[in-house]
Amino acid sequence: MYEVIVVGGGHAGCEASLSCARKGHKTLLATGNIKNIADMPCNPSIGGSAKGIVVREIDALGGEMGRNADKSILQIKMLNSAKGPAVQALRAQADKITYPKNMINTLTNTSNLEIKETIVEDLIVENNVVKGIKLEDGTELKSKIVILTTGTYLKADILIGDTRKRQGPHGEKPSNHLSDKLKEYGFNIIRLKTGTPQRIDKNSIDFSKTKIEQGDDRYYTFSFDNKVYYDKDSQIPCHLIYTNEKTHKIIKDNLNKSSMYGGLSDIKGVGPRYCPSIEDKVVRFADKERHQLFLEPESIYYDDIYIQGFSTSMPYEIQEKMVHSLEGLENAKINKYGYAIEYDAIDSKQLKQTLETKIIKNLYTAGQINGTSGYEEAACQGLIAGINASLSLEKKEPLILKRNEAYIGVLIDDLVTKGVIDPYRLLTSRAEYRLLLRHDNADIRLREYGYKVGLVSQEKYDKFKEKKNQIVTLTEYLKNNKLTPKKETNEKLINVGIPEIKESMTLYNLIKRPEVKIEKLQSFLDKNYDIDVLEQVEINIKYEGYIKKAIDEANKMVDLDNKKIPEDINYDKIHNLASEAKQKLNQIRPTSIGQALRISGVNPADISLIMVYIKKEYFYESK
Amino acid sequence: MNDTITAISTTLGIGAISIIRVSGNDAIKIVNKIFKGRDLEKVNTHTINYGYIMDGNIKIDEVLVSVMRAPKTFTREDVVEINTHGGIAITNKVLELLLLNGCRLAEPGEFTKRAFLNGRIDLIEAEGVMDLINAKTEKSRKIAMNEVNGEVSKLIKDLRKNIIEILANIEVNIDYPEYEDIEEMTNKIILDNVENITLKINNILKKSEDMKIIKEGIKTIIIGSPNVGKSSILNRLLNEDKAIVTDIAGTTRDIVEGNIQIDGIILNILDTAGIRKTNDVVESIGVKKSLDLIDEADLILYVLNNNEKIIEEEKDILNKIKDKNHIIIVNKIDLEKNIDLSMLDNYILMSIKDDVGIDELRKKIKDMFNLEKINTSDFTYLSSARSISLLKKALISLDDVKKGIKENMPVDMVEIDLKKVWSTLGEIIGETYSDELIDQLFSQFCLGK
Repeated sequence: MYEVIVVGGGHAGCEASLSCARKGHKTLLATGNIKNIADMPCNPSIGGSAKGIVVREIDALGGEMGRNADKSILQIKMLNSAKGPAVQALRAQADKITYPKNMINTLTNTSNLEIKETIVEDLIVENNVVKGIKLEDGTELKSKIVILTTGTYLKADILIGDTRKRQGPHGEKPSNHLSDKLKEYGFNIIRLKTGTPQRIDKNSIDFSKTKIEQGDDRYYTFSFDNKVYYDKDSQIPCHLIYTNEKTHKIIKDNLNKSSMYGGLSDIKGVGPRYCPSIEDKVVRFADKERHQLFLEPESIYYDDIYIQGFSTSMPYEIQEKMVHSLEGLENAKINKYGYAIEYDAIDSKQLKQTLETKIIKNLYTAGQINGTSGYEEAACQGLIAGINASLSLEKKEPLILKRNEAYIGVLIDDLVTKGVIDPYRLLTSRAEYRLLLRHDNADIRLREYGYKVGLVSQEKYDKFKEKKNQIVTLTEYLKNNKLTPKKETNEKLINVGIPEIKESMTLYNLIKRPEVKIEKLQSFLDKNYDIDVLEQVEINIKYEGYIKKAIDEANKMVDLDNKKIPEDINYDKIHNLASEAKQKLNQIRPTSIGQALRISGVNPADISLIMVYIKKEYFYESK
Repeated sequence: MNDTITAISTTLGIGAISIIRVSGNDAIKIVNKIFKGRDLEKVNTHTINYGYIMDGNIKIDEVLVSVMRAPKTFTREDVVEINTHGGIAITNKVLELLLLNGCRLAEPGEFTKRAFLNGRIDLIEAEGVMDLINAKTEKSRKIAMNEVNGEVSKLIKDLRKNIIEILANIEVNIDYPEYEDIEEMTNKIILDNVENITLKINNILKKSEDMKIIKEGIKTIIIGSPNVGKSSILNRLLNEDKAIVTDIAGTTRDIVEGNIQIDGIILNILDTAGIRKTNDVVESIGVKKSLDLIDEADLILYVLNNNEKIIEEEKDILNKIKDKNHIIIVNKIDLEKNIDLSMLDNYILMSIKDDVGIDELRKKIKDMFNLEKINTSDFTYLSSARSISLLKKALISLDDVKKGIKENMPVDMVEIDLKKVWSTLGEIIGETYSDELIDQLFSQFCLGK
């Protein structure tokens, strides 16, 4: 008897099983292939716009992805460094061998965690409560909670040209029956697809015809542990190339051979809008003369180069022609061909904010099964599902992050409120209050939660508290200390490259000036502060006005989110509700007025009606 | 609960007929109970039916009853309208019968609220309907019609479209930072667009201010010392004996209101108690009110007596009004001239008795407010205070955008204010949800609609 069984060993499954086991719950990780735990079947990178911030959030909450990524960096960059702090995010090329190896290592060294290689074909469900899993050989394993993190493995089909093969990304056996069973239990099953490009032998590429893309010339870590495992001067570069007219002609001439464009007639899956195949790009943006492609190293232990931006489901012989039409890749040797993969997912609107399903109690789902795409999106859901599963075992209040607290909150709220049509990727534009959800302040936002749920150690928490104290101390110091336009002061300022002052002002106000960097003012401070503390204080001062506006806006949303909708509300009794709204509300059953408002198809007039109805029927006092 | 509401929707006691409106699930059933004629539950929709309103066996009135079934009605509910023969007593009796038979008296604005809640009209249209009811002249009716037609919504939607395109471009730049073939939305491009949007909003606002005059009229007060002939002038303008006119100074103690039209523009005229030092408590309250009104008025008609010398208190008033729109009237020129006109620089000589000066006054008002020009304007502008104040709010956010650009803030900061402009404009056409919005809107509606 286990307390928790996690089904699937991808990024969601790793975080889910680690968080449960670390909180002392006896956990089983059931995976189809131990070798593929924490596998990165798509691009060899972790982070990116918005996603990099999610990795920081996972780390702040006590998850594993940030630390594990830090151990496998081939190259790292701060994206949008020329823009404001709100949209900066880390992206690393991560070694596809090292990353899973380190994760497996961590899993096997975690107490309370057992790993088992098996295929799960059904759940044990009694009275709409999950009691465990059934394996393909009929064995039953009991548990109090089951977390499904099956990724793309539900009825996975690999599509290449006119062929369809029922298998996972590495040719493994997928789960054929689990999604049918889920359907029988009442889940709406949707079909999604995604794709991946070719892997090229590094030694067959003429890099002289490409543009080199280096990592940043300084050290970064995803984790707030700040442990650096790489040498910034030995980062592995990426390379930029472009498609050309010849490539486009090959694609257009052979379009009907692509699985997605007629090669297969039975495709139902919806592909991601933000990450189209090269066929899509050439068709939809026909006037573009060229498209960017990035050559990304997969590992230092083997020679595969990933062609980011070239995902395709053309037959092998066309893929050969396409690749060889690219400059620098005329003689390239394809180690692995591109393919599309079609898979089943559940309708995420059937989930609660905790990631427990509404249909079966104690059953949680996380990752691609919920319709998302991306390692980071999967990992953070795994973590939240794991945390909430544990909290439920401990009979404690669940952890639900709000949209103004974390990208994780935005993601889960979007999933359960809006649902997905194409695979969901986080974007910074999905966050209304992104100025509050920064890379730099993920710990300020979430460390406290991580500590409270028991995934952040006392030592790390103390370190965090110290950082917070320093921020307060430094801010006070800057507010209370004035510079006067004395000759020696101005000389000192000019020495560090800051224009002289003409009237006395506090250091705080001096930092408000766009050209003044707090780093340069070190000699005016009372003591040495950590670079993180300086950064935090500088951002708070420089963008004070904008941050305040964002907080004001967020508070309006929080007010609406605090207006709870009674669980037993009967929308059919609210006569004037638009029928579309009624149908959506019945399906999603939002827990708050704020959430209801975010449902597409529910308009402000419907909201007023609901509020009036609640006041009337429940003598509900709105705050 | 979709209960059935009713209200008298014409002004009580005025006009040849009164209309009583009923809306809700049981509208037809309830009216049918008190109606003698055809069976209203069986008649076709959108028909007018002749018969009697009955209180038991007693005929109350001979009526025409319009039956309109949902959804093609103003509220999207079943609606019945009863046309009675006017008269306060009869109309009230019919209303009472409806209430006795299961209707609830509508709250102010409740019909329009239902129309809005049932998705029949959007926010701007809801406001337009209210304006339509209150419209006093042909011109303001036209403006109100335009709002209902969604002309204003289109203007706002165009501005929002412009902004959302910029926002989308910024978002793409942020989420796909390494894609060099997407145009980089720079502060410079944003600034150009923002200037253009500001111009357009200012333009709408300018026209809207003019429209405010057309719709709400010019708030005009007549002030002056006691017995200079204020009420006579008002009466002459109104052609009715609304103010009490006597020769005894201090007769007008309350402030009297009347409306006149000059070239289709409404002048809301307030007569005031004469301003003088007084020991009479009631009168002194009136005097204070008169002085307060000076601050609120769009136009001040200040009346002096040709027959009297200008006293200290009058000089104070002259001083107080000199920076406001004002016209000085020297009245009673039929009497002996004792006034010293050299201390006034612009005035109209008037005698109500001899019918001198009234036409000149009308012409002066016309010139002062440029009414001829307003007449030729088109009518697609915002006319409610709520919309105008939101537009002004959008302008403030646009200024913040410009300020951010000037301070060289990164584009993602500048975007915060631009988003605010977008959502504020959305509020005007009801596309952003705001809690207070709906409450405030409906509290403005008057009973009967």
